[in-house]
Amino acid sequence: MRLALFADIHANRQAFAACLEAARARGAERLICLGDIVGYGADPEWAVDTVTDLVAKGAIAVRGNHDNAIGVPSDSMNSDAQAAIDWTRGRLGAEQRAFLAGLPIMREEDNRLYVHSEASDPEGWRYVRDSSDAARSMMATEQHVTFCGHIHRPGLYSLSSAAKMTSFVPTADIEVQLLTGRRWLAVLGSVGQPRDGDPAASFAMFDTVSRAITYLRVPYDVDAAATRIRVSGLPRWLADRLLIGR
Amino acid sequence: MQPGAEIDGFAVGECVHRGGMATLWSVTHPGIDVALLMKVPLTAEGEDPAAIVSFEMEQMILPRLSGPHVPACFGTGDFERQAYVVMERIGGQTLYKRLGDLPLGYEEARAIAGKVASALANLHRQNVIHHDIKPSSIMFRERGEAVLIDFGLSHHNHLPDLLQEEFRLPYGTAPYMAPERLLGVRDDPRSDLFSLGVLLYFFTTGVRPFGETETLRGMRRRLWRDPTPPRKLRGDYPPWLQEIVLRCLEIDPAARYPTAAQLAFDLAHPEKVKLTARSQRIKRDPLRTVWHRRFNLGTMQPQPKSDVEAQLASSPIVAVALDTTEGSGALNEAIRVAAEQALSTLPSARLACLSVLKLNLLALDRTLDEQGQNKHVDRLVALQHWARPFQLDESRLTVHVLEAIDPAAAILEFAAVNLVDHIIIGARQNSMMRSLLGSVSARIASEAPCTVTVVRPSRLASPAGAGDDAKAADRPADEAAVTPPGLF
Repeated sequence: MRLALFADIHANRQAFAACLEAARARGAERLICLGDIVGYGADPEWAVDTVTDLVAKGAIAVRGNHDNAIGVPSDSMNSDAQAAIDWTRGRLGAEQRAFLAGLPIMREEDNRLYVHSEASDPEGWRYVRDSSDAARSMMATEQHVTFCGHIHRPGLYSLSSAAKMTSFVPTADIEVQLLTGRRWLAVLGSVGQPRDGDPAASFAMFDTVSRAITYLRVPYDVDAAATRIRVSGLPRWLADRLLIGR
Repeated sequence: MQPGAEIDGFAVGECVHRGGMATLWSVTHPGIDVALLMKVPLTAEGEDPAAIVSFEMEQMILPRLSGPHVPACFGTGDFERQAYVVMERIGGQTLYKRLGDLPLGYEEARAIAGKVASALANLHRQNVIHHDIKPSSIMFRERGEAVLIDFGLSHHNHLPDLLQEEFRLPYGTAPYMAPERLLGVRDDPRSDLFSLGVLLYFFTTGVRPFGETETLRGMRRRLWRDPTPPRKLRGDYPPWLQEIVLRCLEIDPAARYPTAAQLAFDLAHPEKVKLTARSQRIKRDPLRTVWHRRFNLGTMQPQPKSDVEAQLASSPIVAVALDTTEGSGALNEAIRVAAEQALSTLPSARLACLSVLKLNLLALDRTLDEQGQNKHVDRLVALQHWARPFQLDESRLTVHVLEAIDPAAAILEFAAVNLVDHIIIGARQNSMMRSLLGSVSARIASEAPCTVTVVRPSRLASPAGAGDDAKAADRPADEAAVTPPGLF
């Protein structure tokens, strides 16, 4: 089965719509949303409604820290993020807020684990920045592959049977087979707010039979998304950063 | 695993080899009519842990490779059931069998190294660094192409490097290992050129340049100690060969050939190798230099992350074909501008200037013209003159006069054999000649194995070379007709 995995959509309608279309074109049979549906972007209602609809049709979604902060105020966010959360909270209806609050923190399926930040302390919202962060997450699960997001920069880590780590920055469009002899942590880039210097939206496809993952980049109308943020009165930097992918 | 077993449709025959990391079995498959080998890693308790990791690397890399310089891959199986890779069985022996014949003659060694360099160029273009070039990983097809085998230690620029942190010590074959590997660098394709340099040195002198040491301490000496120049060992060692070998064995990767294609080029044209002080050396570097290197290791560490593709792209072989039979000053000038633009941002690019001396079908051997002058030499001189304004280091510039009945075929052949990345050629201007002879540039543009730039003089210039003087007045003086019109 071909999975399409999306992380950190962040209410960016233009980016998420472009990724959904690209995933359909590649024959995606099941959609996985790895959290942070809202926050930063200007179209939270559309984003939540879209994911709600996908989940009703069989998609899996887990909760991210921004989704969480809508219902449970966080004291660890920077001022721009906090401003966006406060703005978003006012935009969402009770049903939409309930949907976000009801999302699970982690989901397991076959030999795969889906989580927003990482597996060792999923509600601690730690970033996977390097091999040691990745090792901590992989040690905390038995699953062959963990898929996560949160850091907005793609990465692919593996843990060998001899407890050795490898780290790798995936190349877009190149299929990588996740060998069965080791465990893997696939960190996805962000759909709605990439921070690796490439403004194109990022998502991944995973084939459960061949166990091959392909990271993809999708160009989208960045200017339209940035304009939406500006006219909504959200902090300007949240618009500017989309243009440079930072 | 035993003869008679069947795995995923492959019928297992006899075991043909038992190595330290894997066993090789002859297998057959009803749908495949080439000879096949199944490689099965040794994974039992107590076996070398490198066996598993290197098998994983080979399992990831081999199916992505193609072309005549690697064994074709027909299937893989992973550790869940039976780990294996099925590949084409290459007939004959590896170069290891030749160790008893060393030293080889210079010509034979040159031919072997040239084939291996072409194979490496092809591999590097597929984003893979072999990292274990040595006699036992090199075979040959019947048609002569070198085939590289054993990708267990290889690095793929687009795949996770599983050997990255697996071993505390660099893993590989000590006598052939490039110095930067000892610093943990696994992403520089020039490491393979060093290993090929070791092989060429060994095959032509009978002696390994860095001995047979297996200890890390012994291996680290190559980070500061250069090998004994081959001329010291064999008095008749050709200077061009020493130039090539010692350039491959440079400690700093940046001082080696920038690409395997450029090394293959020199091996194919020994008479055109630019000789430097390297070629004459009979002593190793003075101790002062050696100590300086040894105690300043930090300064020579290569960049931590390089990109194989980017490195190859920055070091192309650019061939400029000058149609000297009817070339005008304006056209050759336009070609020069195009070549300058192609070279301007590429400090490691190499320029090959070609001119085709068109032979008459009925008089193949007439190289002297009516005045008895040697046309071939005249062309070489003209090409050198044309190329002089580039002020390229001689090691980056060669001139070639191809004698052929069919100019387009000759240029295409040159580009294919010499792994040329970019051809720059002028469009034939004279419409009558063009209609009679067909367009050389059009045929090259459609059939070349690489990028082709077809150049026309700027529209201000009048066609077919007439009126150059008028045009020169419109141009800055330094650009105007550096090549005197009518030189060719």
